[in-house]
Amino acid sequence: MTTKKMAIIATKGTLDMAYPPFILASTAAALGYEVEIFFTFYGLQLLRKDLSDVMISPLANPAMPMPVPMPVMVQMLPGMESMATMMMKQKLKKHGVASLEELRDLCLEADVKFIACQMTVDLFEFDKSEFIENVEYGGATSFFGFAGETDICLFV
Amino acid sequence: MNFDKELDARGLNCPLPIIKTKKALVDMTSDQVLRVLSTDCGSVKDMAAFAEQTGNTLMGQEEANGEYVFYMKKK
Repeated sequence: MTTKKMAIIATKGTLDMAYPPFILASTAAALGYEVEIFFTFYGLQLLRKDLSDVMISPLANPAMPMPVPMPVMVQMLPGMESMATMMMKQKLKKHGVASLEELRDLCLEADVKFIACQMTVDLFEFDKSEFIENVEYGGATSFFGFAGETDICLFV
Repeated sequence: MNFDKELDARGLNCPLPIIKTKKALVDMTSDQVLRVLSTDCGSVKDMAAFAEQTGNTLMGQEEANGEYVFYMKKK
């Protein structure tokens, strides 16, 4: 049996959108898939050593369940983003959902390959020393080198 | 049912029970049985799907008071 492959493009850097790539990648790896994640644009924030700045905003996120109905005028007040992030993290913990750090470590442990978009690094003038070490830097062409042979290819 | 190793995945949610099952199986030999405890009701479908996709055998499962027990035989 040939090894199945999956490629994911991770483009978002918010707490809610950080979960799908790491959950799918770690699960696929557990099922025996060879997995590669290409991090581009805001997705690069998920490669930082310190993930505490990965947040969730109720603003422009109308489907987010809130304990009480919250008008947009309130959602835009200072501190609302931190509060929503804190509440979301508490909720994740309460329901036994792994932290982003834990899922990312599980991915690395299972040999999921992380590719960071070099163009985005240049564009936002990111400091590579702030990223974890198990990252390779490349462009769209290197993504296709792997993605062209995958069974599953997702854009998140 | 007899088993060779036990994994307590209670309190953990998707995808942790599956990933920990996979990790526990790594250290086992062929035909050994892993007993997995879980409180994640999604793991009922996921454990069967894991077995089907990895070639391991889900030999049986039980449920009592919101807790699930799975017996996974390593291929």
